[in-house]
Amino acid sequence: MAKNIYEKIWDAHVVHEPAGEDPIVYIDRQYVHEVTSAQAFEGLRLAGRKVRHPEMTFATMDHNIPTTDRTKPIQDPMSKQQVETLKANCAEFGIACFDMFHPLNGIVHVIGPELGLTQPGMTIVCGDSHTSTHGALGALAFGIGTSEVEHVLATQTLLQKKSKTMEIRVNGVLPVGVTAKDLILAVIGKIGTAGGTGYVIEYTGEAIRALSMEGRMTVCNMTIEAGARAGVISPDARTLAYLKGRPHLPQGVSWDALSAQWMAWASDSGCRYDVMVELEARDVEPQVTWGTSPGMVTGVCGKTPVLAELKDDNARLAAEKALQYMGLEEGMPITLIGINKMFVGSCTNGRIEDLREAAKAAKGYTVNAAMDQAIIVPGSQQVKKQAEAEGLDKIFTAAGFEWREAGCSMCLAMNEDRLQPGDRCASTSNRNFEGRQGKGGRTHLVSPAMAVAAAICGHFVDIRTWEFK
Amino acid sequence: MEPFRKLMGIVAPLEALNVDTDQIIPKQFLKRIERTGYGDVLFYDWRYLEDGKTPNPAFELNAARYQGASILLSKDNFGCGSSREHAPWALHDYGFRCILATSFADIFFNNCFNNGMLPIRLSGDVIEVLFKEVRAQAGYSLMVDLEAQTITRPNGEKIAFEIHPFLKERLLNGWDQIGLTLRHEDKIEAYERNLLSFQEKRK
Ligand code: SF4
Repeated sequence: MAKNIYEKIWDAHVVHEPAGEDPIVYIDRQYVHEVTSAQAFEGLRLAGRKVRHPEMTFATMDHNIPTTDRTKPIQDPMSKQQVETLKANCAEFGIACFDMFHPLNGIVHVIGPELGLTQPGMTIVCGDSHTSTHGALGALAFGIGTSEVEHVLATQTLLQKKSKTMEIRVNGVLPVGVTAKDLILAVIGKIGTAGGTGYVIEYTGEAIRALSMEGRMTVCNMTIEAGARAGVISPDARTLAYLKGRPHLPQGVSWDALSAQWMAWASDSGCRYDVMVELEARDVEPQVTWGTSPGMVTGVCGKTPVLAELKDDNARLAAEKALQYMGLEEGMPITLIGINKMFVGSCTNGRIEDLREAAKAAKGYTVNAAMDQAIIVPGSQQVKKQAEAEGLDKIFTAAGFEWREAGCSMCLAMNEDRLQPGDRCASTSNRNFEGRQGKGGRTHLVSPAMAVAAAICGHFVDIRTWEFK
Repeated sequence: MEPFRKLMGIVAPLEALNVDTDQIIPKQFLKRIERTGYGDVLFYDWRYLEDGKTPNPAFELNAARYQGASILLSKDNFGCGSSREHAPWALHDYGFRCILATSFADIFFNNCFNNGMLPIRLSGDVIEVLFKEVRAQAGYSLMVDLEAQTITRPNGEKIAFEIHPFLKERLLNGWDQIGLTLRHEDKIEAYERNLLSFQEKRK
């Protein structure tokens, strides 16, 4: 029987289905970071348990670390303690750790694929919701809570109920200037922030096939913002080309054999899904969020909602509250919204291709005088190195953008990079929740080029009309 | 883990859609390395005024009538966003043991069961009724009976709810997940032997 990729990976990883209990599923990789792991290691210690497979577990520091000079001590004593606790736990339990001084350090969802740790057909978990990112390589990857982190450390398995599957097929070709970020925001706008709850979403169709691996990661990354358990894209020639030569691939297997094994995970033609959603790529505009949930989004040519036009009481209540928090009028054109901060980075849009797009838009321009801060934070130290080799950092600094060390940074503002109350930020990250980038801060989610263009103009502009110099 | 069987408790309303885990507990409090001590900072940005200390009178949960509440009432997509288990830890630490909402985000839903808390999905109509009642009557309490899968209103009427039998069993007994799984360690070992021979064959 024809199977989709989720069914294939699921079937290959069910260890045991005890009668009346949840299936026990084998986990091939666990990624660990400093914020959601300390209590899991502590739990193991208290119970006298070991990590079953330290060699299947990889740790990085990303959420708390400074993006400025790392040779200086971390200012916040609690951040410092958390980072040091992770290091000590990794040493105690024998886990490889890409600490903040490691040349391969970076955001967990950037370095996993970058190092070839993430491979098609794997089950991957991390105590972090954006683990869905790794689905771009044809892996089943999802976020878990800290108790589950401990469970995986102790048993290399997880109790999971089988999800339903949703196919999101994107037909045709994305217009020039419209990116993977715009596509996924449009998808969330269409199905809603709980539209994917209970589902694993597979993205298919011509527009998905045409995305680069970085673009696919952006799409799978934000799948969690649609409420889904995971997002996945079947491997193809582009996936193989991306993986080739990466350091952590299996040893002693010929490339041809490996490729064949990986490709076998792809969904069979004629496979079925529980639900199917179809989108036309040509209809997608560059997107800008106006509210405090990623589903509160519209095209750059659109306006904030007019409350009286919202029929549903709950939706109207939510929109009213969001507009109030965001300090916006109803029915206001998006391009009239002025900003004073900009952030390019995060596990959504902090990869080399994102920085190239940002640099293309920045080249030959200067950051607007109305801007208080515009920072560019690479997703990993390797991305940083590559960008510098291509001279992108020079383009940014010449235009007045700050060029930083890698990390999560202003995506969630656990380190020093954060918005002040009332700040309005064009951000390439993934969440525009109240206070996400700093208490009282207002976030508008956009693509990297849209963020840069907004920083140059001081307000949102349609990147499709941009004059690239 | 402490078992969850029956709960008689005051209900507190939180009338919002998409209550995300960033709101339940903002990131500046994720730096602790313990599981406890998060109750005071639950809903921090909503709960306190600018100074971070004075209770915000506009935040409903701060009203005297909702003090000591153990049941939280909310709306769609509760617990969305970050996977942080600090969210259920904070709710638990504050005193909540049961959350009623129209829907929950997946990860949050799972996290609750690992902390002896019961999230219950109810239809939009029932939730609306409960919101009306809780506001109409100070000290409004509900009786949640997990065994019977019912919620009893003050007027004696019962609302039935659904729960996966295995999750129910786990909560009723307070079973620790790891201990449960390790009963099947032989199966894990067998799976790993297979995996190993597969990897060997591949070479
Ligand atoms: S970049 Fe943002 S979303 Fe991604 S892992 Fe870091 S904090 Fe989470």
